[in-house]
Amino acid sequence: MLEMLSAIKSFMDEVLITIPFLKTFVEVTLQLLDGFKLTLFIFAVTLVGALPLGLLITFGSMSKVKFIKVLTKGFVWVIRGTPLMLQIILVFYGPGLIFHTTGLNRLPAVIIAFIINYACYFSEIYRGGIESISQGQYEAGQVLGMTKAQIFFKIILAQVIKRIIPPMGNEIITLVKDTSLARVVSCVELLKAAQDIVGLKAIIWPIFYIGAFYLLFTGVLTIVFGKIEKKLDYYKG
Amino acid sequence: METVLKVENLRKRFDKEDILKGVSFELNKGEVLAIIGSSGGGKTTLLRCLNQLIIPDEGKITVKDDVIFDDALGKANEKNLRTKRLHFGLVFQQFNLFPQYNVFNNLTLAARLLAKENNKKNKGSSDDLKKEYARIDEEATGILERVGLKDKMKAYPCELSGGQQQRVAIARALILHPDILCFDEPTSALDPELTGEVLRVIEGLKSNDNTMIIVTHEMEFARRVASKIIFIADGVIEEIGTPEEVFENPKSEKLKNFFNKSVEVISQN
Repeated sequence: MLEMLSAIKSFMDEVLITIPFLKTFVEVTLQLLDGFKLTLFIFAVTLVGALPLGLLITFGSMSKVKFIKVLTKGFVWVIRGTPLMLQIILVFYGPGLIFHTTGLNRLPAVIIAFIINYACYFSEIYRGGIESISQGQYEAGQVLGMTKAQIFFKIILAQVIKRIIPPMGNEIITLVKDTSLARVVSCVELLKAAQDIVGLKAIIWPIFYIGAFYLLFTGVLTIVFGKIEKKLDYYKG
Repeated sequence: METVLKVENLRKRFDKEDILKGVSFELNKGEVLAIIGSSGGGKTTLLRCLNQLIIPDEGKITVKDDVIFDDALGKANEKNLRTKRLHFGLVFQQFNLFPQYNVFNNLTLAARLLAKENNKKNKGSSDDLKKEYARIDEEATGILERVGLKDKMKAYPCELSGGQQQRVAIARALILHPDILCFDEPTSALDPELTGEVLRVIEGLKSNDNTMIIVTHEMEFARRVASKIIFIADGVIEEIGTPEEVFENPKSEKLKNFFNKSVEVISQN
């Protein structure tokens, strides 16, 4: 009987030891969730801005006017050819250095850099999709008396969307992880939030713990993209 | 007889190579014209010039009283391209159905868009438009019945055989009531056992009202269905006439050679 009691006591001691840890864990999680909110915000606003801007850039890079075409292609080359981190730094510090003003706030600078960068990547995916549609689809629309806009929006676009879902899924999942670059101008997104905790509390595990946040987020996106693909599976071509 | 189509001295060159070197002919209402000749001779280019998918370099094309193309007009030719194109229907070798729409919507898409546009132009009410849509839907059903595909109305192109897809393509062209219905090698992309059903549908369209131009390699079919045959070689009309004249009495060496080669191909198979 006595033995049993001492066994229970030692078990309770062990549980009690974990309570301070549980307390820290909840604290850390809450702080990280704050950072995660910003991560989500950068992600969402970038998508809203870059998806349509990318289409505009696509039209530019496919333009029959040579000047527009060359200009757009050159722009895409510069954006894809330099690190996104560098672009964030440039957008944040650049205006201040050039115009001797206070420059942009951190978050708008980050978002502008992200939108421009991702729009360029999206534009190339769109272009690949548009160019993969056979000329016959355009011609069929033409002989049926449809306008250019009708042909694009009623015939071509849906087929392009179906074809670009897999590469867009890739790119959008990359965006989730790229949001961590915002820390370079001290935006407290998820990774920066974890780094701050590591510095303040002298504990290392939160930096690994955020991996679970990213995995969860990209997991949800993977499922969403799978669903969209399945939904568009009712036709081939 | 009413002349529907008049083509005068049509020329087209690509990359310094003359594809059409002055083609002229006329077509009356209800006539079926078959264009035959070797690949690369300019048959398809001629058809595409008529449909304004390719803008010719020189010459004149008139449908009824409407000038489709006239080199004297220069840049003005590109005006109203859409309405001009509607004089013609075109059935492609590769069908070119819209894969994301089912058979019924493939038929009604363009017709509905045009109806909407006309309604807006004439300031019609939404009720008028609804009535017009209903009329289009009814007509689409009728046409599908005519090409034997009423039961496939809800199917998607990928669920159909090549022959069925081509019949849908024909139905899609018919619903816009073109003055001239053009076929660009309509059976060339089909397995031999599927050509029959498509050719039967085309043959069934022959009437006093339907004027048709068929670019084809099916000599037997051309002979049976066409009222006029044009043999094109190297961008020039080498021979033109009734099937009897062209098939029984070929005058030019090129046509005789062409027939001999066709016979060789048939006997080889």
